[in-house]
Amino acid sequence: MNIVVTIKQVPDAANVRINPETKTLVREGVDSMMNPLDAYALEEGVRLKEKFGGKVTVVCMGPPMAEAVLREAISLGADEAVLLSDRAVAGSDTLATSYALSQTISKLGAFDVILGGKQAIDGDTAQVGPGIAVNLDIPQVTCVRKIREYADGKMVVERMTEEGYDVVEVTLPAVITVVKEINEPRIASLKGKMAAKRAEIKVMSAADIEADLTRLGLKGSPTNVVEIFSPEARKGGVRIEGEPDVQAKTLVASLKEAQLL
Amino acid sequence: MNYFLTETEQMIKETAKEVAEKYIKPVRAEYDEKNEFAWEVQEKIAEAGLCGVYIPEAYGGICAEGQMGIMNLVVAVEELSKVCGGISLGLAATALGTIPLILFGNEEQKKKYLPAIAAGEKLAAFALTEACAGSNAGGIQTTARKEGDYFVLNGTKQWITNGNVAEMYTVIAMTDKARGARGATAFLVDKGTPGFSFGKKEDKMGIRASSTYELVFEDCKIPASSILGKEGHGFLSAMKTFDMSRPGVAAQALGIAAGALEDAVDYARSREQFGKPVISNQGLRFLLADMAMKVETARAMVYATARSIDSGDRSCSKESAIAKCYASDVAMQVTTDAVQVYGGYGYMREYPMEKRMRDAKITQIYEGTNQIQREVIGQCLIKEAASKK
Repeated sequence: MNIVVTIKQVPDAANVRINPETKTLVREGVDSMMNPLDAYALEEGVRLKEKFGGKVTVVCMGPPMAEAVLREAISLGADEAVLLSDRAVAGSDTLATSYALSQTISKLGAFDVILGGKQAIDGDTAQVGPGIAVNLDIPQVTCVRKIREYADGKMVVERMTEEGYDVVEVTLPAVITVVKEINEPRIASLKGKMAAKRAEIKVMSAADIEADLTRLGLKGSPTNVVEIFSPEARKGGVRIEGEPDVQAKTLVASLKEAQLL
Repeated sequence: MNYFLTETEQMIKETAKEVAEKYIKPVRAEYDEKNEFAWEVQEKIAEAGLCGVYIPEAYGGICAEGQMGIMNLVVAVEELSKVCGGISLGLAATALGTIPLILFGNEEQKKKYLPAIAAGEKLAAFALTEACAGSNAGGIQTTARKEGDYFVLNGTKQWITNGNVAEMYTVIAMTDKARGARGATAFLVDKGTPGFSFGKKEDKMGIRASSTYELVFEDCKIPASSILGKEGHGFLSAMKTFDMSRPGVAAQALGIAAGALEDAVDYARSREQFGKPVISNQGLRFLLADMAMKVETARAMVYATARSIDSGDRSCSKESAIAKCYASDVAMQVTTDAVQVYGGYGYMREYPMEKRMRDAKITQIYEGTNQIQREVIGQCLIKEAASKK
């Protein structure tokens, strides 16, 4: 089974700041990490490999420093890593990114499934996974919480919905994006870390993936960011103390006061 | 302080720390309370690849040919013990049972056991102590009678760490009682061998998440090929093993002390009395400073001894004894003081400090009491002085 996992390097969520002038995230001096949901996708890929054989190739688009998340992916069980890194892709929105990643994946040979996190923690768009599927003209199932079966070139998966889940049968190759309910990612093993240190990270350029340059970077990105801001931190709630009947009375009184009752 | 850890040692440290924080911390109180071996954590320690850090590469571990990996073991055990000095014994006591095999085993024996131990699929244990043979290892009563191509074991081993959970037991038994210490032989015995059973499960003061059992041998027949090293060399093998394994116990003690110090400093900074953090009182700062001095000097001694062993030093009895004795005395002092820093909270089961104090105590007792360690050091001093003349 040939498994491709797409991975994004994101700023450590705890200390993200925004440059109000450029409306972009300040990346200088902020630690980077693997997008958390991509870690679940990687874990699922490694588990599929352990069960059915084959290999896991991780693919990332980003600056040269994004090599770090690819090494981390190898320490967590990936076999090969590819970094698409080129000035031509800088400033890509989700449309351009989906195109660039699908071009990269198409140069890696046949595959059975592409796994990715449902969305990235920084942009939160959840568009790149589906975008890759459209570009490669293959089926997609998003928000998958369980891969039930894999046989005869098909997978049966559970897709999370607001009320519960759908059971979907999908013909492979396909794109599957996952939610955190799907597994519990392992920690990197000692041997994994050693392998990661020695691993060769294949770096590809826009030329290597034979991309149409007009579809990359700012040129290929129709998205226009109008405003970007940090939402105000939610204030803590009020804890109502006392016996149940006192609590109930206090609650009703304060709801009335707020004119909610 | 920079101890110039190699890249590999650094990776071991980080991995062990991650395992400890993620998998040990949430369950340590529960296993301590239940007096039960933490299999779920042991599996994570195995998956993380920590079980093979002191085992040669040729048998599935990560040590280069002919090199001991005591420093690797020390780094791993220290990190695990910072969080729980009981759960860390799954690894540390397996090392004690396995080091004699690495030192004295033949190719066939190593191939049979080491890969599974390195992968963490099997644990090991070392069985020397008996009811009447503790510090005086020469007083062993368990016998191994030769019958053709077999030996027949009879006797009871006591307080065996990893008892019942281990698959491979290094057992010291008398093959020739008349010859005293020179009549002892080391054997490798598999769990499940007919005639080999487990007696009492011990209910201990500390390290309660480790499994401590009696081993009972009743006409237990084992093939002659299970002799480890040479017949009659059992006592010597045990002593050589202890020289190499004592840094492991020292690392457990060091970890317990270091974990206590770390938590005590955090607590003293956050606990407020009289409108200010208690650490702003010089009296308490001085106490913490003394604890820090002890922990750091213990670490320096343990690391230096481990490095010396790894570099090929085979006459390390004195240093090994100093490291074990010093680090374990430090563990007892520092955990006692850490409970003091926590005040009333320190005395309560709900907080992790009183457990550390209970866990620390054993490190002054097992693998040779600290009185025996001082005896070893003293004897070495005499030998060194005598050889100068």
